[in-house]
Amino acid sequence: MYLPNQAGRRRATVIFLLPSVIGVLVFCLLPILASAVFSFTDYDLLMPMNTMNFVGLGNYRRILTGSEFPKVLAHTFTYLILYLPLILLTSLCEALILNKSFRGHGLFRTITYTPVITSWVAAAVVWQWVLSGKYGLLNQLLAAIGITGPAWLNSKEWAMPGVVLAAVWKDTGYYALMVLAALKSIDPAYYEAASIDGAGGFKRLTAITLPLISPTLFLLIVINIIYGLQVFDSVLIMTNGGPGGATTVFLERIYKYAFKQYKMGLASAYSWILFALILIFTAIQFWLQKKWVNYDA
Amino acid sequence: MMHKNLKLQRIFKGTLFYLMLCIIVGVTILPFLWMVSSSFKGSEAIRTIPIRWIPEHPSVEGYVRVFNMQGFSFIRATLNSLILSIACTLVAVGSASMAAFVFAKLPFRGSGKLFGLYLATMMIPGTVTMVPNYIILRMLNLLDTYTGLILPSLANAFGVFLMRQSMMSVNDAYLESAHLDGASLYRIFFQIMLPMVLPTLSTMVLLSFMGSWNSYLWPLIVLTSTDKQTLQVALGNMNGMYKNNEHVLMAGAVLTILPILAVYLISQKYVDQGISLGGLK
Repeated sequence: MYLPNQAGRRRATVIFLLPSVIGVLVFCLLPILASAVFSFTDYDLLMPMNTMNFVGLGNYRRILTGSEFPKVLAHTFTYLILYLPLILLTSLCEALILNKSFRGHGLFRTITYTPVITSWVAAAVVWQWVLSGKYGLLNQLLAAIGITGPAWLNSKEWAMPGVVLAAVWKDTGYYALMVLAALKSIDPAYYEAASIDGAGGFKRLTAITLPLISPTLFLLIVINIIYGLQVFDSVLIMTNGGPGGATTVFLERIYKYAFKQYKMGLASAYSWILFALILIFTAIQFWLQKKWVNYDA
Repeated sequence: MMHKNLKLQRIFKGTLFYLMLCIIVGVTILPFLWMVSSSFKGSEAIRTIPIRWIPEHPSVEGYVRVFNMQGFSFIRATLNSLILSIACTLVAVGSASMAAFVFAKLPFRGSGKLFGLYLATMMIPGTVTMVPNYIILRMLNLLDTYTGLILPSLANAFGVFLMRQSMMSVNDAYLESAHLDGASLYRIFFQIMLPMVLPTLSTMVLLSFMGSWNSYLWPLIVLTSTDKQTLQVALGNMNGMYKNNEHVLMAGAVLTILPILAVYLISQKYVDQGISLGGLK
């Protein structure tokens, strides 16, 4: 922009940038540095800071070789393995419907997006009651078709699937719109050519739609792995890591170590291990992105 | 024969379509109906087999108990949430728009590198910065204060990114002619730039507000006094206190969802824009 008044411009630049730069420095960059340092110490919030000891890789060793870590990892992967296929299926179905024009389209879209704008706390409180063993909505509906539902959140085996059901319910509306954007970008000429060749609806779905939106589906998987590694609100409210530690996950552990046991050093190390995992999947995402930047349809 | 087959096929497909549609609407809406229905039942009527969607003796006992809780006030928590969400939104959107203006229209030596640093911070999950941010607030003596809860909103790299994109598309000629007319940069920012990016600005305000309203973990750890806690934290605490009084919990959930639902319905246009910008989650 052409501005002759250099002095005024410099001062304005500083004023405009200052709040944001201070924010990023103090609440983003400094914490990253501090967290890295703390992760090598035995910093305890209840002790004065000068009694803090350097413990080297002690925290990392303690976490990675402890009996708890494989369980946390297993719970997180259970969550992902159940959640990913379900969310792909539901968001694809919903997107296919949204891609058609029909009466009540706007209403459908509004209704299906409502769980997304609902807070996790409210959703978790409601789902806890939906999944209640005897009087819960889900088990009563299952009973109506002759199935005796499990005790869901009170059962070691069914607690995580219960959390997954709630998460799929809450997130479908969001990812459906991502898939919808991909569906809309498909050139109708493909479908015209296919119908001239006599391809049926199912054939068109598997031979045209799915391959053409596969980049978005990939993206969806990777994003959900990154979010899934950080699952928290739902777990804390619905199961609090229970029953009997059956749903402990990364963020829940970090929260408990930092703010219930005040072991800031250990919690910081846990965060970095989680970050390393996230980084791996983010790297995969970027690598995949490169793969499909030129992948135009 | 062929013709008849095609017709049958179309009917079959139409039925399948509406079946799927009904299933999705049903699954989405049933938990909400269940919540509303349970919230209007008395304490002895919530546990019934089979389900009674319309309560036999509708009761507002749940709501009455929500508003008369021992120790803390639900109304106070709602007001706290409202004030904090507005404040966080103002801080986040304000600081981001100001910085974005510089990155978009007032480049200086190194501004590209600084912006790159901003983009890099977007990759760091809040999970890593949460513990040290808590410690920083503790050192600054800002734990359990509204200021402490709000201040981290200043760091809003995603907002800067979105606003910069939008501001870059504004033609320099508007800004230059205002400058020639003697307007200061501050005036150009407030009276020309912000109005011209109003759609993005509105979307960001909305996303930011909804995000603050629904956030749980940060207010949970920063605000420890009962009279300062937010609606989400209050509902989370109620969850522990009313384990066997689902009608009270459901009343609390209804009251927590209603305000944000109203905001969503009124401003749906901007929410939809936000989704296309990839911002709402």
